This record gives sequence, structure tokens and C-alpha cells, in this order.
Amino acid sequence: MSRELSYEAVMARKGEIMRTSVGIDYQRYATGSLSFDYEGMLAGTGYDLETIRAIQARTAVGKTPLVELRNLTALARAVSAPGKGARIFVKDEAANPSGSFKDRRASLSAHEARKKGYPGIAAATSGNYGAAVASQAAKAGLGCIIVQEAFDSQGIAQPEIAEKTRACEAYGAEVIRLSVGPELFYHFLIVLEETGYFNASLYTPYSILGIETLGHELSCQVREREGRFPDVVVATHAGGGNVTGTARGLLKAGAEATRMVAASVDLAGLHMASDRDFNRKSFTTGHTGFSIPFSTWPDRADVPRNAARSLRYMDRFVTVTQGEVFYITQVLAEIEGMERGPAGNTSLAAAFAIAREMDREQIIVVQETEYTGAGKHPLGQLNLAKEMGVEVRRGDPRENRPGKAIVIPEHPSQIKTVEIDLDRIRCSYVRNALDSLPEGETVTETDIAFLSAETKSDETFVREAIELHERKNR
Amino acid sequence: MMTDHVAKDTWVEIHRVLLDREERAPQVSQDTREVPLEMKVKGFLLHEAVLGDEAEIVTAAGRQIRGTLSVVNPSYDHDFGPPIPELSTIGREVREILREQKGVS
Repeated sequence: MSRELSYEAVMARKGEIMRTSVGIDYQRYATGSLSFDYEGMLAGTGYDLETIRAIQARTAVGKTPLVELRNLTALARAVSAPGKGARIFVKDEAANPSGSFKDRRASLSAHEARKKGYPGIAAATSGNYGAAVASQAAKAGLGCIIVQEAFDSQGIAQPEIAEKTRACEAYGAEVIRLSVGPELFYHFLIVLEETGYFNASLYTPYSILGIETLGHELSCQVREREGRFPDVVVATHAGGGNVTGTARGLLKAGAEATRMVAASVDLAGLHMASDRDFNRKSFTTGHTGFSIPFSTWPDRADVPRNAARSLRYMDRFVTVTQGEVFYITQVLAEIEGMERGPAGNTSLAAAFAIAREMDREQIIVVQETEYTGAGKHPLGQLNLAKEMGVEVRRGDPRENRPGKAIVIPEHPSQIKTVEIDLDRIRCSYVRNALDSLPEGETVTETDIAFLSAETKSDETFVREAIELHERKNR
Repeated sequence: MMTDHVAKDTWVEIHRVLLDREERAPQVSQDTREVPLEMKVKGFLLHEAVLGDEAEIVTAAGRQIRGTLSVVNPSYDHDFGPPIPELSTIGREVREILREQKGVS
């Protein structure tokens, strides 16, 4: 096969390569100019919750312990007003085979790839998801290729990604390590075309359905133990899959009153595709560099219709600082005896602050942990930060400046969430949706209903947002 | 030098430039556009080769790819590094808060 491999030529074949490698005809779910049948697209895979649980159980994915963090709760109460300080629980997802909740996400893709006779599975990911895909591929006897954005132009590897390289290779996968840049996707397309592998994208229905078991499991565990559902669940938010899948699982368990909070590390000021900033982020995911663009326009993903649509499910969206996450990671190890993270500790830092606003008898659940180790650990990240000229000091976390200063709190009472105005995110989403309208098409009534579901708002809100956008364009 | 010769079937890493600076995608930020898109992949050497020369490997997934032979038996050298003083006293501090709290209640 000698097809042209220039950037433009490969990107022009994107649609065809995606159809072959994912095996979903996204076009058939279109219902309006903008709208599509989201539930139909998920149901079209043919997997229901019970089937998924059975598939995951076969490879020991899921059924992870729910741990009450009694000492952390006591610490939150020590710095809360009388009567305040909710009970904090964590779902110890590090107990999954490859050490994170991403096994849930990879399990259905591996199952589907094997069922449909693909020779292997591939994923473009620098995080835990790569290790999960590699682990699931090993169990399914499939070939596996992981494409990572791994090092900067000086050849310096981001330590967390270096650990992921090692883990993927330990599971027998081929790891393609690239320097910084969005053309990673271009090379990923070449690999899919060359190998005929299944694209285990983070954003297919398989990936999102696999996470529903997490939300379902944790709500059932809380109900069995406490006789009721949790009041709040906090999820670390990046591309939107974690929030979407978890919230859908909660709803399927009947936990309709549980509030879903999305939490990201604030990386404002750093450019995500910058070679210079690459090793100055100190976080590879769970940050605003992903969560803001993916909340306001999920269809920027590698598949035509992203199944991770977080704005449909978020009740609240908050940020925490880098220093606050490093602080809570240290606290989790030293008073709860759990060395985990980084990923789940973003939501843990947020949960610690939110627990202080809540009543003592209420329950807040952090829905993931992940395994830690060299490279992923605060020591590895902070040593690199210092080498890159980032200042690391104790102080007021409000003085944290991504890429310049990581400020570790001096006291737990300094950990606070910063609210992201969801209405602004919703308006931004509507704007992006309108900008995506094909030339000559107009918004239909079906689209209005779709947009209100997409933004967890109502039709009045959507109509006002559209009017605002049109007035600005005039 | 004899030591530069690497035997067939040795586990190695190759390096290749995928896109030169002028071939990079239009949306790439300015600082990133000033450097090429590079690739590093590991595999078993398909033939005897010399470090720094063009070589062909077979990867863990069975793909045969070419590039510059850059490292023999590449190591995993990410580590923890020394303890971070800014983190070292946090445990002591929060245990003290918990002790005080117990004394109160």
C-alpha cells in the first residue's frame, strides 16, 4: 500500500480511516442540522450495563473498594464551622488490573475489537489509558500500539509519561513516542491505516459505557453501607469521559439527587501544544487545558461524535491549584496510608474544600484513585518543575502561577475551590455549535431541544444564547 | 570501533523525524513550529547495524520500521529524585491539627 503520507493527504483520509477503525456509522444518528440521537448512538453498540459488568468481571475490572477517609474527614472538620464537614469517601480505582479506572474504559474496546476480528487495538494517549488498553490487549491476545506525546525538543521526557511508556511496554505493547504537537493525531491515523487495528479512542460509546459501571457501583456501595445515595460525587475532569460515564452510572442506579461536581487543576496561562510549556505543566491531565475546550466543544475529539458530553451532566465545575493537589496527595499518604495519584487527587483536593461547606452527616465521594510510582509521584514532578525553573514554595495557594510558581498551602484551611461559571461555559458551547452549522443550514426546533439537553439548561436559555450570538455577529 | 556494531536481534531504540519544521500543521503554536516532529520507537534489530546509522527494527506489535539507530537496550530512568522540602513537613503539621482537635472534643 503506497498512499501519500503528507500531513494534508493523511488528514484528508481521516473520515474513511475513522469509519474503518471504529466500526460505527455516526451519520445514521443525525437528527437535525446540529442534533443527533445521543442515547441512540450509545444504545446502538448493543451493550447494556449488566453485559458490561459481566465483560469487565471476566478481566477483574471493577468492584473496587469504597474507602471512608476518616482522618481526612476529621481534618476537614477541624478547619470547618461547627456542624460542617461531610464524610469523605474514595473509590479506590487503583485496585483495577492496570492501576486506574481507565481499565473500565478500555475493556469494551478490547472486547469489541476481538469480537469483530480486528488484529489489534491502538490508542493515542499519554496517560493511564495507554496502560489500560495495553493490559486489556494482553488479556484479549490482541496486538497493541500506543502513541504518546512524550518528550520536548530538548529530549526531556515528562516523567509521568515516561512511567506510562514503561507500563505499556511491560504489558507487551509497542509505544510510539513523539515530541510535542497536535500532529500526533496525523501519525496515529497512519498507524491505524497501516495496521488495520481497532481505534480504542477515549471518546467512542464503548469508552463511555465502560465508565458507567463506576458510577453505578459507587452509588450502590454507598447505599448498601449507609442506606442512601451520596450527596455529592466529585470527578477529575479533562476530556469529559470520567464525568459523563460516572454521572450516567449514577442515574442508572437511581441516584438522581446526587450532585455531580467536575474538578480540574487550573493551568491558565500555559499553552497545551507548546514545546516550551510541555514540561512546565507538572500535570499531564485533569487540567483546564483539556476540560475547558472539551466542555465547550466536545466534538473536537478524534471521532465525529464524542460520546463524552460532560456539560449534560455537570452540576458544578470547579478548579483547584497545582499546589493544593500536591498538598492533598501528601496528606492522603501520611494520614490515610494511601499513596495514590496524581489523577484522583485533583478531585480529592476539591472534595476536601467542598466537604467543609457541607453538613457533617452528608456524604461526598471522590470517584477514583490511581496507582502512583516514579514519575507520577509529587517528588518526580516537583523535582522536574524545579529543574525547569518553576519556583516551588509554601504559601497562599492563591499565589500559585502555572509554569512559574507552585505554591503549596501552609494550612489545610487554605484549600479552596474556584467556581467556573457554568452558564458561561453553556453559552460558549452554544456559540461553538452555531459556528459548526453547515453553510446555508439553520437551527431547527429539534436542534433547540438537543442544545438544551446538551447544556443541561432549558429552551429559553438556549434561545437567549442563540440571540446573543446572532446579535454579536451582526 | 567494534563497540559501535550492534548485533541482530538486540533490543534498541530508533529515532526519526516525522515532519520537518516546514511540514508542520498550520495550527501549531510558534515555538513548536520552530522544531521538527520527532519519533522514538523500540524494537528488535533486524540486522547488524552501527549506532547512528539507518537501521530497521521489528516492534512489539510486529511492525517493521526504519530510523536512526540511537540507543542500545534503552533504560527507564524516570525516578523520584530527592525529597521535596516543601512537602516534607506537611504530615507532621496535619497530625498536629488532628491531635489538637482530639484534645478539644
